[in-house]
Amino acid sequence: MPTDQVQYKYKPNNLLDSEPNKFREDGLRAEEMIINLGPQHPSTHGVLRLEVLMDGEIIKEVVPHLGYLHRCFEKHAESVPYNQVIPYVDRMDYVASMNSEHAYAMGVERMLGIADQLPKRVEYIRVLVAELNRIASHFIAIGTYGMDIGAFTPFFWVMRDREHILRLLEWTCGARLLYNYIWIGGLYYDIPVGFEERCEEFVKYLKPKLSELETVLIENEIFVQRTANVGVLPLDLAINYGVTGPMLRGSGLRFDLRKVDAYSVYPELDFNIPIGEGKKGTIGDCWDRVWVRMQEIHESVKIIEQCLEKLQKEHKRTKEFDPQAMVPKKIRPQAQDFYVRAENPKGELGFFFRADGKSDIPFRCKARACSFSNLSVLPEISQGVLVADLIAIIGSIDLVMGEVDR
Amino acid sequence: MLDFQQLVEIVKKIVNDLRIDEKATPKAIIIPSSEIKKVCQELYQNSSTYFDMLSCLTAIDNGPEANTMEVVYNLYSIPFNHHVMLKVILPGENPEIDSVSEIWRTANWHEREAFDMYGIKFNGHPDLRRILLPADWEGYPLRKDYKHQEYYRDVKVEY
Repeated sequence: MPTDQVQYKYKPNNLLDSEPNKFREDGLRAEEMIINLGPQHPSTHGVLRLEVLMDGEIIKEVVPHLGYLHRCFEKHAESVPYNQVIPYVDRMDYVASMNSEHAYAMGVERMLGIADQLPKRVEYIRVLVAELNRIASHFIAIGTYGMDIGAFTPFFWVMRDREHILRLLEWTCGARLLYNYIWIGGLYYDIPVGFEERCEEFVKYLKPKLSELETVLIENEIFVQRTANVGVLPLDLAINYGVTGPMLRGSGLRFDLRKVDAYSVYPELDFNIPIGEGKKGTIGDCWDRVWVRMQEIHESVKIIEQCLEKLQKEHKRTKEFDPQAMVPKKIRPQAQDFYVRAENPKGELGFFFRADGKSDIPFRCKARACSFSNLSVLPEISQGVLVADLIAIIGSIDLVMGEVDR
Repeated sequence: MLDFQQLVEIVKKIVNDLRIDEKATPKAIIIPSSEIKKVCQELYQNSSTYFDMLSCLTAIDNGPEANTMEVVYNLYSIPFNHHVMLKVILPGENPEIDSVSEIWRTANWHEREAFDMYGIKFNGHPDLRRILLPADWEGYPLRKDYKHQEYYRDVKVEY
């Protein structure tokens, strides 16, 4: 066989040689064993590999091994102009692309100094699509979490409702998951005619479904038994580990960048920030985190309703409105370092830019991924639990490996 | 709430030799690499600063001409809602710096990533291994002069 056709020679130790275990088999004591979880296992939510050192059935230590979905985001971002980075940003957190795009676009706009000149309609559409995507992302989180725990039906329910959101978003830009819709300085298109009405219809449809989901899954006694008092994350530990988003709020801190930083049009909108109260167990347990996500869906629905009202009354669609009017022909920020952050469904998504002032390409673009920091707390909170509880803890973190590995 | 000038005064008590980058957002303090741990410890403990969260830690390679590397720390204080950026400039060859993972444990993985991509050695780090790339990968990909290896496990890297 010609050698140039052989792509890969199988060697039995390839997996362990490329990512060696931290613990060695010959160093184990009686009753101890190493269990390898993943990288291909549905309950690890992607390609996460966990090396678990166990003593009988009790977990002594968990070592995450990452990088199976590393796609060189930062290297790519250093080789293409600012506007062309957006599709790569989509592919980081692929279930909440709109939110990531929003954060990225906002950062570059602030560097250019055009962030406060955008038309209000553009801002409201951005918030509208971002909140729709936030609901879709939380649906995935809750649905797959239910499935990890053993509840199969709610997964189908949330996928059915998420499908409506994906269709709405597909209608705006033509793509179901990776949108490239929010551009630096504007949007790809205005939202299509009739979108507001369809969206209102969807909100009306969604509201009873949410309480249905809450009854069947969140309040379900079996679900509560599996998640309450499991994986308790104390607040100081969460902050020290850089944990953000629903995980931090689940631990009882009312901290949401939409309120704290008050970016975009969020200060004009009325919504609450739910926090974990330990209703079924301890503050900061798995149940609290899921409950916070559920409540956030309600808040997102509120925001969507307000956005729709604004888009239909104050900032109506007009013939003159051009969503690309502010899009700069040449994106060349002055030489500076810039850190921007925004609230993604999973936490604080930050971008660190260094612009050299001479080129249209970022000199350095670092993504501070929320799932990455959230995952780093896993070894800490899963010591001394059972394997089944480890699965419950992983699910409650709401990982997207695309974002962890970038 | 502290303004930036007051913050600089606090840092000045520990290091005299600092520079300020006003153009950065949030505004940056450039400090010598040997002092980083002391400064971070002070900013973390001082009751008027209390930077309890390390938002982002990253490194930058300034290219072969400048032949320097930088490590950038973005600190945030949740109770006071203020930010600061700390920058440290390291030599291009054998860059080394003290780890801050004892202060903020989130730095553990962020420093591993900086090590993985730039080859910066963090002294005192509990577990400095590659994190995203395979353990037997050669070179540090985000360095500006990086050339990837030709074959990795008999698979051509160039596609």
